[in-house]
Amino acid sequence: MNAPDQVIDARAAGTGSTGAGGTPVTTTAATGKSLLTVSGLQMRFGGLLAVDGVEFDVREGEVFAIIGPNGAGKTTVFNCVGGFYQPTAGSVLLDGNRIDGLPSHLVARRGLVRTFQNIRLFKSLTAVENLMVAQHQEMKSGLLAGLFSTPAFRKSEHEALTRAAFWLERVGLRDLANREAGTLAYGHQRRLEIARCMITRPRLLMLDEPAAGLNPQEKVELQVLIDQLRREHGVSVLLIEHDMNLVMGISDRILVMEYGKPIATGVPEVVRNDPRVVKAYLGEE
Amino acid sequence: MASAYPQGFAAQLKYAGIAAVLTAILVTPIFGLHLLRVGYKIELQADWTPVLLAALAVFVFQMLRPAMARQLKAVPWPTLPQIQPDQQRKATLALLVVALAWPFIGSRGAVDIATLALIYVVLGLGLNIVVGFAGLLDLGYVGFYAVGGYTYALLNSYFGLSFWVCLPLAGGMAALFGFLLGFPVLRLRGDYLAIVTLGFGEIIRLLLNNMTSITGGPDGVSGIPKPSVFGIEMARSASTEGGTTFHEMLGMDYDGMHMVIFLYLLALLLAGITLFVSNRLVRMPIGRAWEALRDDEIACRSLGLSPTKVKLSAFTLGAMFAGFAGSFFAARQGLVNPESFTFIESALILAIVVLGGMGSQLGVILAAILLTVLPELARGFAEYRMLIFGLVMVLMMIWRPQGLLPATRPHLELPR
Repeated sequence: MNAPDQVIDARAAGTGSTGAGGTPVTTTAATGKSLLTVSGLQMRFGGLLAVDGVEFDVREGEVFAIIGPNGAGKTTVFNCVGGFYQPTAGSVLLDGNRIDGLPSHLVARRGLVRTFQNIRLFKSLTAVENLMVAQHQEMKSGLLAGLFSTPAFRKSEHEALTRAAFWLERVGLRDLANREAGTLAYGHQRRLEIARCMITRPRLLMLDEPAAGLNPQEKVELQVLIDQLRREHGVSVLLIEHDMNLVMGISDRILVMEYGKPIATGVPEVVRNDPRVVKAYLGEE
Repeated sequence: MASAYPQGFAAQLKYAGIAAVLTAILVTPIFGLHLLRVGYKIELQADWTPVLLAALAVFVFQMLRPAMARQLKAVPWPTLPQIQPDQQRKATLALLVVALAWPFIGSRGAVDIATLALIYVVLGLGLNIVVGFAGLLDLGYVGFYAVGGYTYALLNSYFGLSFWVCLPLAGGMAALFGFLLGFPVLRLRGDYLAIVTLGFGEIIRLLLNNMTSITGGPDGVSGIPKPSVFGIEMARSASTEGGTTFHEMLGMDYDGMHMVIFLYLLALLLAGITLFVSNRLVRMPIGRAWEALRDDEIACRSLGLSPTKVKLSAFTLGAMFAGFAGSFFAARQGLVNPESFTFIESALILAIVVLGGMGSQLGVILAAILLTVLPELARGFAEYRMLIFGLVMVLMMIWRPQGLLPATRPHLELPR
């Protein structure tokens, strides 16, 4: 299957069913409305063309995965989408509005929140404090209110704490709430990082190799968690992952990259049998 | 450290020999050469005895060191306990009680030194916001102190504004300078930021030194009035016809000590407010954002926190306290000149923060007291004061690099 064609097909489908966008997502199938549209993405570092001509779109409620060998440019795509890099060409649209060129914190405020390949928690803060920091948008109490601990300030702190408790419960870290994040086990840190994203109520959750370093049991739990987040909290997921079981098990569609270029896009069954993908992963026979 | 010692007698001899030679080289300019005035000429006279003695002492010490180290290994360094937040609160309260009683038990000189110590408490706590909480190394903090001092001095000499009007203005002015400097500078990180802030501190001092027509140049501004007791003058006689003074109002005899005590209490109030505010700040979203930023800036951005805004807030608030301290300093001295705001002052304030334990308020308070009182106690040693000061710093950093009282952050607890 031709990758660009697939993207165009998806867009056509997206415009056709916009009416369904408002209803809560209850099935694993995406509603079809396009949330994130990336087209002609190119990122050049001096003489190195790290990403070239990458096109894909993520529909609402969808789990979209980017896979490819090491160094294929997956994380670079993430960094371009999240505003950490300014792409040298191409565009990134969220709900039809361009977000490429925006600084990363403004991209995050629009609802694109990510985790990192090598976990980036606030290590000296406790688990619950990590979740409190993430809620800065909801806690706009003034300086004076905080200094004198007014009822409004205490209320806002309490609400934030309640939300933090909810999300800690959700990812199974309630008992570790008051532990410093840096002292948590690796798998717990991964979950805390996801909770920290989710508490900002993102529209698109971007996970950069969330299963890296997890044991098989934890990988299964992660897959269940991602599935729940998508179904119960209506978040779309953009995923980079090497673990094929996880990717094939959870993704609605997959983009395969090699040497910075997209080589295939489609549903898992199609991608799995694409000769170019097989070649990229297993080498030429 | 013991493993770094040379093994074997020959190696040890060589090591001690090198140490002795190095000592001789270092000590010669200080002890070995004297400048003597002979008539109208100045002659350089060498005196090798102290140099030889120093080299010998170092040689013997280095030869005995491995043996001593073996002995000392059994003796552990004294350890200071980790202080929990509730103990910290009790200690702070105890300190406050002592501080309140101090002017009524201490001598005039003691109260005066305590006032100076309190200024450094304010400065230390202010810089602690920038360096300790937000993790931004600021080597030009004294610049904001200068802005505060000159704000009061100049507003008073040009417009006759009183201390109480100028105090908030000085804080605001310093905060404004912090904000303006922060804008271009805070994109930088770590060492680069430190160097630019260092430059900023120097620029302020040089400006004050050279804008002679406005600031009085190297002479500074003098004749700055002391603060009034909320409008009532504290002086031997009223400066205006028919005005009442403090001692007349209370029916007491005039005593110079009143002013000293009043200034002390004012400094204590200022320090108390600074402590209260910085104590609240760490428990607020903004304080958590500072700590988060110190831990991981990229993660902050990925969550929608604007690093520039977060840094700017720390920089501005920290500068504000330097401004308060500066205007109080100007009022107490009655005189400001650029000499009071040199880099060494910045270094001293930073030393207070580092010595106390970055981010630890009680530690910073103790260090501020220590570093202002120690030099006073060591006054008898005259020119060796700074040497002793340096030695204490080096020993502290070997013994306790995390500071006197390492910060035990008040963690937000999620009740079960």
